[in-house]
Amino acid sequence: MLAIKNIECVRGERRLFSDLSFEAASHTLLEVRGPNGSGKTSLLRNLCGLLPPAAGIIEWRGNNIHMFADEYRSELAFLGHLSGVKDELTASENLRMSSVAAGLGASPDQIHAALVHFGLRDFRDSLCKALSQGQRRRVALARLCLSAARSLWILDEPFTALDAAALVVIKDLLESHLETGGTVVLTTHQEVAIAARVTRRVDLGQ
Amino acid sequence: MTINWFRYSSPASFYPIAGALIPWFFSGAALLTIAGLYISFFIAPTDAQQGEAYRIIFIHVPAAWMSMFIYVVMAAWAGIGLAFNTRLSSMAASALAPTGAMMTFIALWTGSLWGKPMWGTWWVWDARLTSELILLFLYFGFMSLQAAIDDPRRADKAGAVIALVGVINVPIIYFSVKWWNTLHQGASVSLTRSPTMANTMLIGMLVMALAFWMYSIAVMLMRLRSIILERERNSDWVKTLKKQPS
Amino acid sequence: MNSPRLMDALWTVGTRDLLAALRHRADLLTTLVFFAIVASLFPLGVGSDTALLRLMGPGVVWVAALLASMLALTRLFASDYGDGTLEQLALSPHPLTLLVLAKTGAHWLASGLPLVIIAPLLGLQFDLNADAQLVLLASLLLGTPTLSLIGAVGAALTLGVRGGGALLSLLVLPLYVPVLIFGAGAVEASAAGLDAGAHLSLLGALLLVALVFAPWATAVSVRIAVE
Repeated sequence: MLAIKNIECVRGERRLFSDLSFEAASHTLLEVRGPNGSGKTSLLRNLCGLLPPAAGIIEWRGNNIHMFADEYRSELAFLGHLSGVKDELTASENLRMSSVAAGLGASPDQIHAALVHFGLRDFRDSLCKALSQGQRRRVALARLCLSAARSLWILDEPFTALDAAALVVIKDLLESHLETGGTVVLTTHQEVAIAARVTRRVDLGQ
Repeated sequence: MTINWFRYSSPASFYPIAGALIPWFFSGAALLTIAGLYISFFIAPTDAQQGEAYRIIFIHVPAAWMSMFIYVVMAAWAGIGLAFNTRLSSMAASALAPTGAMMTFIALWTGSLWGKPMWGTWWVWDARLTSELILLFLYFGFMSLQAAIDDPRRADKAGAVIALVGVINVPIIYFSVKWWNTLHQGASVSLTRSPTMANTMLIGMLVMALAFWMYSIAVMLMRLRSIILERERNSDWVKTLKKQPS
Repeated sequence: MNSPRLMDALWTVGTRDLLAALRHRADLLTTLVFFAIVASLFPLGVGSDTALLRLMGPGVVWVAALLASMLALTRLFASDYGDGTLEQLALSPHPLTLLVLAKTGAHWLASGLPLVIIAPLLGLQFDLNADAQLVLLASLLLGTPTLSLIGAVGAALTLGVRGGGALLSLLVLPLYVPVLIFGAGAVEASAAGLDAGAHLSLLGALLLVALVFAPWATAVSVRIAVE
């Protein structure tokens, strides 16, 4: 369970939010909402441990995520604004290398299946600089197929630049992860209905 | 007995303390400078080999000492700020850097002034002067890095890393420059290893070093107060401070 | 995290960078040409007196190698920072210190090692004798990894910072002084018919110190950069 206790976030001179507390257990979808500049991305970076909050603590399974950083990271899958897809590598190289670097097992079969799942069968050996924005996003999202064992998924705007077909794929992926006991935290500007046992919303910028 | 050190480590409570301390350090610096200059100009004997020109060591040597000492203290404060996330110590490191750079510059300038009558050239690639020059570059690196980063927290942390890397390197640089110097048989401008070094000379240098020390603390506290005000300008206590007539 | 997975991850991070460098061969060439141009400028500046050039050769080749390796540093993290790979690395359960060490190693293979290999050609321009050439190779082989390790700290600190390139040189060049002194000193000693062993041992010692401290400082700097 992810527990956020009275955290505060300051970027530069601006206090984005303060005294923010919430929890997300397994089977929970947590949607972070708010206008541009309200601190959604900063909150997500707080949650995944990239950005230490100015005050307050974040706990995962009762442990402070900064004290037990390695354990936390081995249960976490994060997808940020930036896809982490390298132009010079092919789609399958990208997926394999980013998964192995993230400590995920990635057999050739799994890589192939994940790319096929996201409709990239014909592009798996194309250099990513030749791919469209949406296709690169799919390469990045395909890593989630290999991250089923990671309980906590934190996704910053996962639906941007995706077409209807890819939206269905990612929606199914998120729903099955939630159904098998995972936790998903995401921000989005699109209304995508995702079925979950528990859906919570955090509104920033009020 | 437990003392709550953290009470004084918050910028808001340190600000008035620093204000109260500054006059004391400034008066200490002034008194010690007068005493030190009196010793160096009227009591210390004329050097048999170097004549009156040697008297610049009363500025040069304390400045060189302070330049190195301040770098180590700055790195220590920055390191504490990085490790324990204490904002005040990071601010203290930033407040020390310009003073350290100034001391380094004074040491270089007086060294060069001294070199002209002694060696007939403004600059010799002597081990000490060269190390001081590199130290000046290290100070510039620290200050430029902090100046280039907008977010103060990130600037503090990045500055701390470069200061710590620098402090590990300073002895290595000094040693390597010395080695290089002996190999190339460069001019050795040893200001302190004069055989006729009298006790009064040493006392003069020590008094001047203390004066520089007091001055550095006073200036550091003044700069620290400005940094605190700048960073905390949106906080409540600074706003109430503004309303009070000082 | 078990160690085969860690080794696998380090190997993958290293090969990913090498592969990317290989597909960007133009960058590598730029570094090498820069190295050659800088070294060739000195005779044009000071005249073609062979005795003088022989005296200056070791220092010139070393300074040129140092500048070229610094020029290549900006590529170490910049693209990873820009496309989000770096924050993914920072979130890997594997120790970031080792991951950045793997990246630095790959960077040295792609930009430092080629410098070492073409350095004897530049040594010929300065009429270095065979022994001095060998020592030049050995000193660069020991010294350029240290340059990459120290430089990695500066490269990580200046990520996304205004005036990154110029600032990087200001941060890193003063720290390069000991490597330059011992590296060029080794070649000079050998050219003068002396034993260069002490210089080379000191270069090796610097490399060990850099191996211990630099990856740690780089990892801290990367975490600061991806905040």
